[in-house]
Amino acid sequence: MMGYNPQLNANGELQHLLTIEGLPREIVLHILDTALSFLSVGEREIKKVPLLRGKSIFNLFFEASTRTRTTFEIAAKRLSADVINLNVGTSSQSKGETLLDTVANLSAMHADMFVVRHSQSGAAHLIARHVAPYIHVINAGDGRHAHPTQGLLDMFTIRHYKKEFAALRVAIVGDVLHSRVARSQIHALTTLGVPEVRVIGPRTLLPSNVSELGVHVYHDMATGLKDVDVVIMLRLQSERMNGALLPSAQEFFKYYGLTPEKLANAKPDAIVMHPGPMNRGIEIESSVADGRQSVILPQVTFGIAVRMAVMSILAGNA
Amino acid sequence: MKIQIKGGRVVDPGSAVDKVQDVFVAAGKVLALGTAPSGFHANCVIDATGMVVCPGLVDLSARLREPGYEYKATLESEMAAAVAGGVTSLVCPPDTDPPLDEPGLVEMLKHRARSLNQAHVYPLGALTLGLKGERLTEMAELMDAGCIAFSQADGPLSDNQVLLRAMQYASNFGYPVWLRPRDAALARDGVAHDGQVATRLGLAPIPAVAETVALSTILLLVRETGARVHLCRLSTADGVDMVRQAKSLGINVTCDVSANQLHLSEMDIGYFDSNCHLVPPLRSIRDREALRRGAQDGTVDAICSDHTPVDEDAKQLPFGESEPGATGLELLLALTLKWGEEAKISLAAALAKVTSEPARILGIRAGAIASGESADLCVFDPHARWKVEPATLKSQGKNTPFAGYEMSAKVRFTLVEGHVVYEG
Amino acid sequence: MNKPLPDAEDLLARLTERMRASVTPDTALIGIHTGGVWLAQRLHKALGLRQPLGTIDVSFYRDDYGSRGLHPKVKPSNIPFEVADADIVLVDDVLHTGRTIRAAMNELFDYGRPQSIRLAALIDRGGRQLPIAAQFVGAEVSVADGDQIELRKNEKDQLSLALNRQGAA
Repeated sequence: MMGYNPQLNANGELQHLLTIEGLPREIVLHILDTALSFLSVGEREIKKVPLLRGKSIFNLFFEASTRTRTTFEIAAKRLSADVINLNVGTSSQSKGETLLDTVANLSAMHADMFVVRHSQSGAAHLIARHVAPYIHVINAGDGRHAHPTQGLLDMFTIRHYKKEFAALRVAIVGDVLHSRVARSQIHALTTLGVPEVRVIGPRTLLPSNVSELGVHVYHDMATGLKDVDVVIMLRLQSERMNGALLPSAQEFFKYYGLTPEKLANAKPDAIVMHPGPMNRGIEIESSVADGRQSVILPQVTFGIAVRMAVMSILAGNA
Repeated sequence: MKIQIKGGRVVDPGSAVDKVQDVFVAAGKVLALGTAPSGFHANCVIDATGMVVCPGLVDLSARLREPGYEYKATLESEMAAAVAGGVTSLVCPPDTDPPLDEPGLVEMLKHRARSLNQAHVYPLGALTLGLKGERLTEMAELMDAGCIAFSQADGPLSDNQVLLRAMQYASNFGYPVWLRPRDAALARDGVAHDGQVATRLGLAPIPAVAETVALSTILLLVRETGARVHLCRLSTADGVDMVRQAKSLGINVTCDVSANQLHLSEMDIGYFDSNCHLVPPLRSIRDREALRRGAQDGTVDAICSDHTPVDEDAKQLPFGESEPGATGLELLLALTLKWGEEAKISLAAALAKVTSEPARILGIRAGAIASGESADLCVFDPHARWKVEPATLKSQGKNTPFAGYEMSAKVRFTLVEGHVVYEG
Repeated sequence: MNKPLPDAEDLLARLTERMRASVTPDTALIGIHTGGVWLAQRLHKALGLRQPLGTIDVSFYRDDYGSRGLHPKVKPSNIPFEVADADIVLVDDVLHTGRTIRAAMNELFDYGRPQSIRLAALIDRGGRQLPIAAQFVGAEVSVADGDQIELRKNEKDQLSLALNRQGAA
């Protein structure tokens, strides 16, 4: 079972995008390179190309998200595809329809691609295992496991500002334990050969085995950010105050929030990233979020180009 | 029915017998080994050349799903699975629906099982009402109805005072208590071992201390109450060490491990295979190796199947939402022998873990082949190779993490009380 | 019968002279990746054109995406001038079926409505499958159907033509 890669077809081409883990480096780079061309499409007046004309892309969001769903919708429409949005939520489950039944019904409506977001890790893998061979699945976030398009757009962003991965220090700060974004970023950074990946956070918010992912662990922000080229801040959800993970948002901000003083430990030309949406005053201070080192808004633009690249590569593979 | 089992390699772990010889069965019992009793004329001769004749397996945990979960499995299908696996005695946990906390339910189950004329069923009674961990059940009544011991199954027992008193009450009558060491709070919401796989796959973790913290509480209470406790489904290296140490200090406990845990680890979860969603979870390779060593040195007394049939709908869900459990009655023998071969121990020593040792833990006369004992026997071909194909399993539960695996050892005949109840 | 391919540098010189009378300093040149871009760079300099050079990659407009998928090496298109009302000359290395030019024109129209589009090709090898013609051609060359004519550039930026036989890499 370990020899086979559920994301690749028999020719070694990308069939589904479920996670960055296990993706060959060439495929990751190919997606980033292709995204460059889509970026230039986004800069002209007619932001559409006819590539996916006639294709139906179903946004299957079992977990609500307006912003991610919107960027996928924009990306699909710019490829001239037809987009159908389904906020499944929990209502069909409560009617007794299983996840796989929902997918089977939609496949019968001639879907070419599913973009799936679900609150459970492994949901996208489960769906990919059960769809017809011509249907492609993109994981838009499954539980704590992966958010590969976010990881890819973050790499695109880093490459845009820093050019080379080979000499970078990157720090990921915050609630890594619950973060699918962090896991995807870590896999992407190690795949692309970033020599030093750091995670910074309190012990309660870092997985106990996180160093086995190939990262250096820091519990102190000042040391963790020293000489870093890229600072990626993660969102802290308010639920973390329950379950004895953290006492308060204020204490978290004091020790792990990104302020100008803490950012000063990093290199002077370090860039600040955040997958969004931001909690200003909890994980990041406004002056940094809006400051000259922040590339948070460009991340969004890059996200559309990267998603267009992923969709067009997938749809072109048998 | 007079049966002669001819030319098989008779292995009886309890008496250290390992010899090619005939077995003579009549009136439900083994009459003799080796030489036919005078005047014995067999009605039926089973040719066991090249095969092993061993005591019918005694499985310390097999969920039959009745009453209450008939859509997952029924007594008919699961009892057929048991004898297909060479199992002639099995213990079923009390977590049925409703749980086995009333004598009437136990009697009905025993009656139903007996009428099928297959394996002997020994139900575990619920330790607390509804398995809720609050009020004691009428243990004496339940014993009279046919329970063999008391258990919380996977139900929570977070109130240590209740646990202490339950153990005291049980030991008052000399009743054994079977406990799974699992701290409900530390295991809360977790679905996979807190190791590198759960970290990579983003699965809610169950730390090893969820087992060891509970285990240390149980061991201390055993010392305190003198209750006779059997520990179910050890899964951690630290847990094995603790039991080893407890036994060396003279604390009277026994323990078992599931055959799944002897062979699989967290790595087998692969791409979220929900057939590997088990309770306790599949742990690290280091834990697995410690369980194997423990089984070898006797710290772990017995191996069981932990048979848990789950319907396909409940497995075809994202890992964390899927129902845990694996079907296992038909794999227990092959998995035990595979472990025995890899541990380089004798066939008798391996078979002991599923015959004489579990019988000893249960305090029943079973798991033995000797003149005068009930003819509960298993005849298997140790060289037959077969592939695990879920669709061909007799169990209604097709949920096995071993799908596609090649196994050695296939059961050819199973006898219960001198009757052939399975021929394969 | 292996007639050797003409010398690319010679053809380029010939093409340049054929274009000289028909362009103005405001003519906009767009090279089609990759060979067309090399040619357009040389033409742009040789003809002294004022408008910055445009480059176009037609991967997103090809008609064979359904059967062959996305081209493995897509490059960004870059048109640094206003396409609306412009007089554009597209430059490609080899004109064959005409499908690349069709795709390039579709792409161009997504930038704006040009005043006119003409085509300059170093080589016209015939075999058109669409009604497309080049206004400026270096030479007409005939090769077997399955063969490919490839424009190459060496480290000294010298251009040359190579013939890839059917079945060859």
